[in-house]
Amino acid sequence: MNAITPLRRRRLSVPTVTLSHGGGGTAMRDLVEDVFVSAFAGDAAAPLEDQARMDLAALAAGGDRLAFTTDGFVVDPLFFPGGDIGTLAVCGTVNDLAVGGAVPVMLSCAVVIEEGLAVDTLRRVAASMADAARAAGVRIVTGDTKVVARGACDKLFVTTSGVGVIRRGIEVGIGKARPGDVVLVNGPLGCHGATILAARGDLGLDADLASDCAPLNGLIGDLLDAAPGTRLMRDATRGGLAAVLTELAEASGVGVLIAEEALPVTPAVRGLCELLGLDPLHLANEGVLVAVVPREQAAAALAALRAHPLGGQAALIGGVTSERPGRVVMDTAFGQRTIDLPVGDPLPRIC
Amino acid sequence: MSVWDGFKDAALGRSLVERIAERLDALGATERQPVRLMEVCGGHTHSIFRYGLATVLPPALEFLHGPGCPVCVLPMGRIDDCVAIAEDPRVIFTTFGDAMRVPGSRKSLMQAKADGADIRMVYSPLDALALARRNPDREVVFFGLGFETTMPSTALTVLRAEAEGIANFSLFSQHVTIIPTLKAVLDTPGLTVDGFIGPGHVSMVIGLRPYRFIAETYRKPFVVAGFEPVDVLQSVWMLLGRIAEGRPVIENQYGRVVPEDGNQRARAAMDAVFEERERCEWRGLGSIDRSGVRIRDRYARFDAERRFSVGGAVVADPQACQCGEVLTGTLKPWQCRLFGNGCSPETPVGALMVSSEGACAAWYQYGGARRGAA
Repeated sequence: MNAITPLRRRRLSVPTVTLSHGGGGTAMRDLVEDVFVSAFAGDAAAPLEDQARMDLAALAAGGDRLAFTTDGFVVDPLFFPGGDIGTLAVCGTVNDLAVGGAVPVMLSCAVVIEEGLAVDTLRRVAASMADAARAAGVRIVTGDTKVVARGACDKLFVTTSGVGVIRRGIEVGIGKARPGDVVLVNGPLGCHGATILAARGDLGLDADLASDCAPLNGLIGDLLDAAPGTRLMRDATRGGLAAVLTELAEASGVGVLIAEEALPVTPAVRGLCELLGLDPLHLANEGVLVAVVPREQAAAALAALRAHPLGGQAALIGGVTSERPGRVVMDTAFGQRTIDLPVGDPLPRIC
Repeated sequence: MSVWDGFKDAALGRSLVERIAERLDALGATERQPVRLMEVCGGHTHSIFRYGLATVLPPALEFLHGPGCPVCVLPMGRIDDCVAIAEDPRVIFTTFGDAMRVPGSRKSLMQAKADGADIRMVYSPLDALALARRNPDREVVFFGLGFETTMPSTALTVLRAEAEGIANFSLFSQHVTIIPTLKAVLDTPGLTVDGFIGPGHVSMVIGLRPYRFIAETYRKPFVVAGFEPVDVLQSVWMLLGRIAEGRPVIENQYGRVVPEDGNQRARAAMDAVFEERERCEWRGLGSIDRSGVRIRDRYARFDAERRFSVGGAVVADPQACQCGEVLTGTLKPWQCRLFGNGCSPETPVGALMVSSEGACAAWYQYGGARRGAA
């Protein structure tokens, strides 16, 4: 690991990454400094160390527990409407911290690069990471760079880890939902999954789609201020809303009843799902917060979400019940059906 | 409101449910002696479960989920042949995503891919043809499966491959036809069906005329239906009307898509490329005479079965598997001894558990609400 604190600015002169950039010599140092240090640390001059160092007292001032998480990113394509692998890598880890009630503080960033990747591609990704980190109010303080032979990875893999501080008094947990609670989401479902499917280009579709990729920590801060009794929060990533609801029903030993009519879904996502036989509840999101709050705080929670730029279409989608513990049921306006986990990647139907 | 929303209109749906209940009452149908309607298209099975239609309709109406999902009736021997072709290092094997998880006797295509075979999911046979153009040094094989819905696009792809002189493209045909399949269902001993919800997209190609024998010979009403919840409910209501009148006729609820005569150009392409197979194996149903098609001699060089020497062996279904009884409506999915007991969407034993249009997978995924409430 190299702590990202620059000594002096170097500039790469070659257009593509080669195996020599992973060799630990001057080529690697140039790559790290040109691409990552300059993006993450700006012009601050400090020697490169093998680790980031942090002041304990400053952390402790923000709360009484640390939160720590890690996530790998392998999205294909690297760039898509609404974001890229860099935005995802920062937002994903920030959100994993924030849904635990933590204020995200700092991230690490490790990249595995396939030889032959354009240096400019790497610069774009690093710039996106820096932008996303700025938007989320976190710093990227340490990182690592590896280069592997062609075929040993697909273009670029990114891993971020993150540390946050959990506010005193906030106690959220997947097992804390109680009958009578309500379920809220901050915005439309399935945008990220649908965008990636369309961006792969196999479908030949030209749809009005963009990923919802966004850091949710600001929104979550507002929610917790308005509804401090919030029972649990999750960002509905892989497996979509269905996975989060199923998990909370099982962990809390409760039933969940949602109304299909209340679910926010954009016409573009709905159209894509109709066409391919997919379910918006199963599609991945990168900026959708699912929160369970006590009924008496529901109105305040919903108002707080709607007042935030990422919560304009926030909705109360259902409630927690004591019936059918462990199960998620949806009113479809025609009848009821059980919501279950998708088996694997959503595969399009043939007819 | 878009045009599609009307077919999802809840108020209209509720009024149809009430009128269906009235007709069931007038027929004297009860939970113990229900009216039994069979849908023979996986899309209808999916709609019935996706919108929970069975949970709002009276128990005096029973849906039988017939053999309409082409993935669900894929026999293991055919998957074995596909895996054998895909494992040839010269080959890029292309398939619709649904077929990837269907179990073969050795492995599924998904497992073969993980083991190193070059297997790619495509959304259209034309994507496979494009792959063949881009990879002239590889053999690109497309796994064609489905009823008359998908058959025209496969046929047109073969015709285009010939027109463009693309020599490294071939087709593995597992296409099946609806009429012999319906006959086999109607001839199943002990099976009682009062009427059929007819397939929408198949009928868009073949039209209504081929179904006449169902009304004339078997005296059953048949309504070609669309796939939105209101479509399905209206079709049920229409069928109950014909049953009450004792007037078996072939009707078209899906007129916005299905022309009376079907699509003649699509049929011409199919007829040019395909001919009947003497025998065709179905998972769970055994062999149904003349229910499948193969490529005509004229296009033999595009026939993967002739191009690659595949075993073509018939592999028996797993012994405990009761897919056949579920397909013909003799058993409800959850009455199968393997349902949720070794056979689940994660580890399917029978093909009905593989596709989201399979009756068992649909029950597993969506059906819990009703059984839990019962």
